[in-house]
Amino acid sequence: MSAVMPHTTMNDKPLLSVEHLTMRFGGLVANNDVSFEARAGEITALIGPNGAGKTTLFNCVTGFYTPTVGRLTLRHPAGKEFLLERMPGYRIAQLAGVARTFQNIRLFSGMSVLENLIVAQHNKLMRASGFAIGGLLGLPGFRKAEHEAVELAKYWLDRVRLTEFADWEAGNLPYGAQRRLEIARAMCTEPVLLCLDEPAAGLNPRESGELAEILTFIRDVQTPQGHRTGVLLIEHDMSVVMRISDHVVVLDYGRKISDGDPEHVKNDPAVIRAYLGEDEDEALPPEVAADLNLAPTTNQKGA
Amino acid sequence: MTTHSNTVSSAGSIKARGVDWAATIKDAGLAAFVALLLTVPLVGLRTVDRPTGLGIEARPEEVVASILLVFLGRLGLGLIRQGMAMPVLILALICAGVGLVLPMPTQVLRLVLVLGGGVIALRAAMTVATGRSKLSQADRDRRMDRIAAKVQHASKYIGPVAVAFAVVLPFTPLADRMILDIGILLLTYIMLGWGLNIVVGLAGLLDLGYVAFYAVGAYSYALLAHYFGLSFWVCLPLAGLLAACSGVLLGFPVLRLRGDYFAIVTLGFGEIIRIILVNWYQFTGGPNGISGIPRPSFFGIADFSRTPAEGMAAFHELFGLEFSPLHRIVFLYYLILALALVVNLFTLRVRKLPLGRAWEALREDDIACASLGINRTNMKLAAFAIAAMFGGFAGSFFATRQGFISPESFTFIESAIILAIVVLGGMGSQIGVVVATLLVIGLPEAFRELADYRMLAFGAGMVVIMLWRPRGLLAHRDPTILLHGGKPPAATGAAK
Repeated sequence: MSAVMPHTTMNDKPLLSVEHLTMRFGGLVANNDVSFEARAGEITALIGPNGAGKTTLFNCVTGFYTPTVGRLTLRHPAGKEFLLERMPGYRIAQLAGVARTFQNIRLFSGMSVLENLIVAQHNKLMRASGFAIGGLLGLPGFRKAEHEAVELAKYWLDRVRLTEFADWEAGNLPYGAQRRLEIARAMCTEPVLLCLDEPAAGLNPRESGELAEILTFIRDVQTPQGHRTGVLLIEHDMSVVMRISDHVVVLDYGRKISDGDPEHVKNDPAVIRAYLGEDEDEALPPEVAADLNLAPTTNQKGA
Repeated sequence: MTTHSNTVSSAGSIKARGVDWAATIKDAGLAAFVALLLTVPLVGLRTVDRPTGLGIEARPEEVVASILLVFLGRLGLGLIRQGMAMPVLILALICAGVGLVLPMPTQVLRLVLVLGGGVIALRAAMTVATGRSKLSQADRDRRMDRIAAKVQHASKYIGPVAVAFAVVLPFTPLADRMILDIGILLLTYIMLGWGLNIVVGLAGLLDLGYVAFYAVGAYSYALLAHYFGLSFWVCLPLAGLLAACSGVLLGFPVLRLRGDYFAIVTLGFGEIIRIILVNWYQFTGGPNGISGIPRPSFFGIADFSRTPAEGMAAFHELFGLEFSPLHRIVFLYYLILALALVVNLFTLRVRKLPLGRAWEALREDDIACASLGINRTNMKLAAFAIAAMFGGFAGSFFATRQGFISPESFTFIESAIILAIVVLGGMGSQIGVVVATLLVIGLPEAFRELADYRMLAFGAGMVVIMLWRPRGLLAHRDPTILLHGGKPPAATGAAK
């Protein structure tokens, strides 16, 4: 793996460490003792059948849920460490630099494309406008900051090829463009970790090809701050996952069943079993088998 | 005309074949029957106070008149659809003219004739002009949107002209006591509408208790003046501050709620304030209110009364004018105009600042806001506090203008009216608030002679506007920042 991706060796410490993460909703265990790592300058894909707990894990990382058990550590290139499970939701985006997109697109659809990208730079601009007081008085600091914000927005618009649509209402964009805009918006927060929840859902092959290009660009480019962005990706489209990810984590029934580079995961019997369901009752992990033991037999009796 | 309309084609075009009289009359008869069912209890019966108790009086002639009008109106509409637009147009115009000129037994009949005739004439004229009898909902919405966009763009010019008109109004011969009073009333509501627009239109928080902040402002001034003898100019900022504090106080527990739940709590808050004002009579005067609230001075320099208090100059002497009671009214007028413009200016500016953009983003999607690191609570609190502050300013102005306040002035219906102004005008639209205020406050004032029917007509008008244009009259949003400059690609872009 390191031979294919030489840059992975440059960080000795992972960007994000998820340790023993468990998330329970009442009796339902959505994530059960999941641990993995994601590195800067890498695309880490999180895959698994429906209901495997991928989005729950995402929501824990991005602060929408507080995990029941476990530790989430984010290490900035500058050396700062953040314990994400202890931070309120919006702080994770604001301070720790974790940006995300949503499974069902959440754009500010009544606002223009450019405005979407400017809103993403809210905290920076808020400071520059003196918490609106300086801005109301028309102090020059804000105008400069806004100009810079527009420049950053232009850069990402150019990247996702939406420059000509900049003044459109975001809700009027075609579906694929909305997906790209959401990624651009997340990138405008200048994150160290970008979390994408099924970005290729509903895209046609050409569009998902473009998406893959954008994602590899985000992975490979150095940010102005001189670090690389880590990408955490939930995806069902295996062609995209296998093509672009450097590291794949497979979840099933809330547990991690495999972890490694795409080649390894593809050939992992546990993964094949989870996806294709072959030899079900024979080779399941013992706990899962114990959990499931009753259900199939009763079903068979019923049938 | 018919041949012309035929060339227009499409599904909506008029059928050139003869009029299907039987069906049309049947349809009109059905409408008249519905009208009969509705008007017998609503119009036909009237309770009257008799010495022996409440009695009921029948009014058959009004029922007959209204049914007849409904029948004719429906017939007219039916005929328009069948290519008889021109004759109907002429008849409707005659009808409206008759209503306008000839003496009528009741004012209501006159109104119905004029309005009904007018509406049908309008419909007919549109049909004559476009060759289509009916617009689809989407078509109508698109048209209205285009108008709204035009108005929005024209507001660059309309705004200053309207302000200039408002400024010179007191000096025109038009300005008598009544016009100025109505002007002050309108401006008060415009200011409240603009204030509430920050919360409802920009931040998207449905606030049903805005009048609470208005009350806090009014009572702040009244009580501070009553107990400490503070002047209006000291109390104005204090009232704003206190109202803002009450906004934050309400905001903290409430802002974690969303949508309907949030609206209900604000409704409760509005009532709490009113009930406190009623029940804490030792302090607030209870239902009797507070009277003798001092009038504002001319920026603390001069007084508007003929014989000013010790140490205060008289306004008319200071400026060498003849004494006139109008001076104070004119001053109040300018005061509320200035206050309203401050709110407007604030909103126009803040929309281009991160704070305003964050509000609009919150309105669009607040989960996405959290994912971008926006502190939702603080943003909502800021919206609440600022809107409350403007409400407080308006309240203290109200107190000083009236000289007397009581909890009666701060009932839920006030909140509802202010909210109606914002929603009717088109959420977030500044000029929409002005237009809606003219409709909601101005028209009932103008039709005061209609007495009881005023509110009925008001309600009907609201229903009609909401049916025609659910997003509000002038709902159109222009981006606050453009990359390519020039024209925003609105309808033309969407076609792509």
